[in-house]
Amino acid sequence: MDAGQDAVSIAPRSRGRRRWRLSAQAVSWLQVSPLAIILITFFALPTLIFLVVSFYDYDRVGIYPDFLLDNYREILTSPATLRVYLSSLQFAFIVWAITLFLGFNIAYFLVFHVRSRMMRTVLFLACAIPFWTSGIIRTIAWIPFLGRNGAFNQMLQGVHLIDRPLDFLLFSPFAVCVTYIHLFTLLMIGPIANSLAKIDPALLEAARDAGASRWRTMVDIVIPLSKTGIALGSILVFTQVMGDFFVVKAMSGGQSASIVSQLATEIQAMQYPPAAASAMILVLFVAIMVGGMMRVVDVRKELVR
Amino acid sequence: MDTHGIRVQRRFDVELVQVTKRYGGTTAVDGISLRIPPASYCCLLGPSGCGKTSTLRMIAGHEVISDGDVLIHDVNVTDLPPVERGTAMMFQSYALFPHLNCLDNVAFSLKARGMAKAQRHAKAREYLALVHMEGFAERLPSQLSGGQQQRVALARSLVTEPRVLLLDEPLSALDPFLRTRVREELKRLQRELGISFIHVTHSQDEAMALADLMVVMEDGHIRQAGPPREVFERPVSAFVARFIGGHNVLQGPGGMIAVRADRCRLGDPADGPHLPARVAAVEYQGPSVRVALTVGKGRDASVLVPDEQFYAEPVQPGDAATLVWAERDAHALAGAG
Repeated sequence: MDAGQDAVSIAPRSRGRRRWRLSAQAVSWLQVSPLAIILITFFALPTLIFLVVSFYDYDRVGIYPDFLLDNYREILTSPATLRVYLSSLQFAFIVWAITLFLGFNIAYFLVFHVRSRMMRTVLFLACAIPFWTSGIIRTIAWIPFLGRNGAFNQMLQGVHLIDRPLDFLLFSPFAVCVTYIHLFTLLMIGPIANSLAKIDPALLEAARDAGASRWRTMVDIVIPLSKTGIALGSILVFTQVMGDFFVVKAMSGGQSASIVSQLATEIQAMQYPPAAASAMILVLFVAIMVGGMMRVVDVRKELVR
Repeated sequence: MDTHGIRVQRRFDVELVQVTKRYGGTTAVDGISLRIPPASYCCLLGPSGCGKTSTLRMIAGHEVISDGDVLIHDVNVTDLPPVERGTAMMFQSYALFPHLNCLDNVAFSLKARGMAKAQRHAKAREYLALVHMEGFAERLPSQLSGGQQQRVALARSLVTEPRVLLLDEPLSALDPFLRTRVREELKRLQRELGISFIHVTHSQDEAMALADLMVVMEDGHIRQAGPPREVFERPVSAFVARFIGGHNVLQGPGGMIAVRADRCRLGDPADGPHLPARVAAVEYQGPSVRVALTVGKGRDASVLVPDEQFYAEPVQPGDAATLVWAERDAHALAGAG
């Protein structure tokens, strides 16, 4: 009886739909177009404009269409560029190593040790909710904690571990690293937890059955099977640190500069062509680094799995 | 740890003494005891949730034993990790490592034991050959069919030369034709290797075809353990008789009885013990015809009639019939139901 009614109600609808049926090709174009439009207008076109402007001539009052390589020459030969790239790479490496260690362990704990689904959701939310506030607020929040008369120093003094406040805590490379790690560990946890969750727990039992130690299981089974997540997380953290502007500015106390903060100085001075050129160099540099990481782990192949 | 060199004759390959498994408030396995003689093929048989897999996993060391002891080759292994028990387990999903080729999958446990690469690969090849998979050494598990994956999993669990091989529903993922072939092969391997296999299954066909010792479980208890023929000929309870199949559980004059379906006949009240019935369905099965009956107040029964005999006197669904058996074929059952 029910089936009969269904058939009656479905029949006219499907006939109506047939009239509007598009070819498979048109459907594909429609599906791809929203993202394509966004990417073209907000990513490809601006990048193209930057590329064009980076060859322009400029003075204190304006920019002039031209095709000069001077902007690039200046950046590539300046010792300041090398210094700031090295400093950013150093931050990127330290932050990458620590967020990877923390992220992997937290993800492993969440996926394999937390048994109840409810508890896992709660813990995931505990990781994710701070992420909902702006990075700037979370950065500034460290200042009263790490400052000379901040909570951490007062606590250490309170238990008489130190008699004078520690100065390196704030406005230092240390503060920059702490903030980066706080900001970006979630970017590691997410992708790694995702790929760990795809591992059949029976595989871990099989490894144990085969007599493998925890360490061997980790090295031979878990890490190879989660390398997609590790690679994705690494790319996210790396690009975030390389593209950072605010954290270095707020937390280093002027002791370090980042690539983008240097670029921002040029923009403030209305030197758009050199700013565009350094943006192009940064984009190229990060693209090459990410390309290298993708070489090691074929993320695309693993994502569609 | 074991009397390896002296070869003292062991009494049992596996011995369970009052083994219990509790999960929180529920008891999955309730004080079971079982002795598996040397080099036997033991099948743990039962419906899902009867505790057979928990029992297997406790023997394997993948499940903490709440109470009781497990002995393997007369050594108490209750608190030992899997690797020190001399067991190997073949998982239901095979649990092959997807990123390792067949050779490395099989060699994995040798690697874990610190064997050098050339040596472990040679031994892994030997075991791949044992399951006729030597030609697939370089393939990844995803490039193999289900049956092939199963062979690799078998090779992987045998490569450590376990004393007892534990198989968790090894045939359930295979199609029926393959199942029969793999079944033969498992039995052949067990005989050739001379070790005990413990095989968990919910299929009575499988258990009867393979087992030297068939263990029927229900609700965390062992209901009957013995050679398949003994269990089939003399089921102890209505549950066992129904679960192993091929039996009619009937209300006899002196209590519940079991009569094999192939020993029942459709006949006349004058022929002997009998019950009035109605034909519910007729299934042609080749050599015989299964006549499903409704006996008395909605009880199901069936009769296997040789095909010639059936077509000499055919019946239709809905016909009235009389279910007849011989007194000597009736087997009294303990327990009602």
